[in-house]
Amino acid sequence: MNERITGAEALIKSLIAEGVNLVFGYPGGAIIPVYDKLYDYTDQLKHILVRHEQGATHAAQGYARVTGRPGVVIVTSGPAATNVITGLSDALMDSTPLVVITGQVASSFLGSDAFQETDVVGITQPITKWAYQIRRAEDIPWAVARAFYIANTGRPGPVVLDIAKDAQNGLLEWSHQKCTYIRSYIPYPKINDEDLKAAADIINAAKRPMILSGHGVMISGAEKELAAFAEKADIPVTATLLGLSTMPSDHRLYKGMLGMHGNIGPNINTNRSDVIIAIGMRFDDRVTGDTSKYAPQAKIVHIDIDSSEFDKNIKTDATIHGDAREVLEKLLPLINPAEHSEWLKTFDECAKVEREKVIEREVFRTEGTMTMGEVAHKVSKATGDKAVLVTDVGQNQMFSSRYFRYTDPKSILTSGGLGTMGFGLPASIGAKMGAPERTVCFFTGDGGLQMTIQELGTIMEYGTDVKIILLNNNFLGNVRQWQELFFNSRFSQTPMVNPDFVAIANAYGIAAENVETREQLDDAIARMLNHKGAYMLNVNIDPTDMIFPMTPAGAAVDDIMLNANEKFQIN
Amino acid sequence: MEKQLFTVTVFSENQVGLLNQISIIYTRRCLNIESLSVSPSSIEGIHKFTITTWSDRVTMEKVVKQIEKRIDVLKSFLYTDDEIVYQEIALYKVPTEQLLNEKNLEGIIRRHNARILEITKEYTVIEKSGHNDETEALFEELKNYDIRQFVRSGRVAITKSTQEYVTMFLEEQARRRAEGLI
Repeated sequence: MNERITGAEALIKSLIAEGVNLVFGYPGGAIIPVYDKLYDYTDQLKHILVRHEQGATHAAQGYARVTGRPGVVIVTSGPAATNVITGLSDALMDSTPLVVITGQVASSFLGSDAFQETDVVGITQPITKWAYQIRRAEDIPWAVARAFYIANTGRPGPVVLDIAKDAQNGLLEWSHQKCTYIRSYIPYPKINDEDLKAAADIINAAKRPMILSGHGVMISGAEKELAAFAEKADIPVTATLLGLSTMPSDHRLYKGMLGMHGNIGPNINTNRSDVIIAIGMRFDDRVTGDTSKYAPQAKIVHIDIDSSEFDKNIKTDATIHGDAREVLEKLLPLINPAEHSEWLKTFDECAKVEREKVIEREVFRTEGTMTMGEVAHKVSKATGDKAVLVTDVGQNQMFSSRYFRYTDPKSILTSGGLGTMGFGLPASIGAKMGAPERTVCFFTGDGGLQMTIQELGTIMEYGTDVKIILLNNNFLGNVRQWQELFFNSRFSQTPMVNPDFVAIANAYGIAAENVETREQLDDAIARMLNHKGAYMLNVNIDPTDMIFPMTPAGAAVDDIMLNANEKFQIN
Repeated sequence: MEKQLFTVTVFSENQVGLLNQISIIYTRRCLNIESLSVSPSSIEGIHKFTITTWSDRVTMEKVVKQIEKRIDVLKSFLYTDDEIVYQEIALYKVPTEQLLNEKNLEGIIRRHNARILEITKEYTVIEKSGHNDETEALFEELKNYDIRQFVRSGRVAITKSTQEYVTMFLEEQARRRAEGLI
């Protein structure tokens, strides 16, 4: 007979058995038994003490997205559990595997409005892949194994385990068996041969095909298969925001980013293509614009592991339900070699206009205050286009994702679906911990940084080497842009009075400097990248700078503003 | 798109919180659940939900996919009335004295194919099962006798198909597992 251990210890042992060696968390009353046992396992399970539970979830997201393994969070009940809501919702929208463990009052107190009791399962069910309350110690190994299986198979997502305090204290005989099967859950469906054939027929008949590469390509590790597929049939590849870096920026067939602030070619050609091959993406409204005017001329082939995405936003002509890598492997032999040089040229024509009308004045300005675009461009270049880009949300996100160039996969980490301001700082901490060998550059704004600025304390405590580029315009810039363009420049509640960010960074022991002028920028970037450890650049940005091109919300995908006064014209 | 009454059936594991997981999928899309019934199914350990909603097909197809996406849901199906045999049950409580004054009580009970469950000095409970319009018709008629309480169950439904899809699903899962495919 095995020795009986407490539920709290069983939890730790099960986490270790699942291959976890790093958790993000914050202790509290209803989770103390777990923290007590953790004390004995710190050699096997490193705990990162964040400064706010929201930070723990975003850090775990950052970790999960660079490693491909679930990020693990441990927090207490009540307010701690409600503080993880934003991260859970963000992780569900962006298909990020998380296992979030919340403490809960003892089961005898459930439903009594006990101190720090909240209905965690009830609250989190709509924003998790699975949420489960554990009321008995002996259920812990089973539930933990199941949680990891669910979080990181199929379309990944967040899972919550809400563990009552008496289950943490109760005794059980521990043994851990990995979960590999749940009869009501089919994470990797068998790929249907007829669906492959139908899709291949459409693709082989295409004259102007284009690929929309999404986050799913990254999650399934299908970058090589994507390139092989595109190269064989000479098909241009475009990427969603979360699909950036699924193909290197300098690849002959890579034609840029889709979406509201994407590149002109991908957006214009959406409505000129005859076949759209969407892989691991979900036709978000920031990609489609007005769905009634989205690619009416094109046949849509949709490849996704989540069949509920088919026909959800855009009506498809063919679908293949399965893992992107497996599907592309099977599709490749069915695809005929082709050549589409005329069609490919149309992307380059759009790129030329974009360069003249947008990029030149954004990135290569010689006068006036600095722009976000030029800072992103220079930082990317200085890292040899090799860094992991972490962004916050808003103009900083759009500028940095547009002007960064990507060499390696898994090189962008951003809150796409939920658009969570404050995501970036903790996510960059998790990213660096998950990929310590890579340079992590975090672009943020003065608004978003202050939403989770307390995590500078986490950087201080663990000496996390995150490069923070604060694009500071003393404005909530993206809202300001909409106010200028669509609300008669009525800047309601968007100007911000800011603290001395360098002093704040310094107070946390983080090296930092102000970058006031363009002339200072190159040297400052070099100092930041050469510095061992975290570094912050507080860059003075022109507040009137706006992110273009722009497809206004609700407009057609090919209705593109080049600046405040000029629209892109199709020749 | 034109609205019609759809019946969704859901087969799930018997887990706490399943009903909430399903109902929030309706809530989020501003869909009113017209009727709901939940009970253990013929397969041990598996629960069956029958949910009716006025909506359009495109919306309901998305709803069914979202329901099926929940981890503990085995299968979910969408039906229109012509694809199923369905029934509801209604109970009517009427003051006995009023009923006794009715000369044609027998006629009402016969015409509606209803039956009397209980008679006391104060009240009589009548039961009628059928489609919504049928239980409604009896309600309209009994209104004259001062209905004190009325209750109607959610719909229960059985498909007209000869195949039992959930059983097939379970068999297929078991077979694939036995063959080491999953």
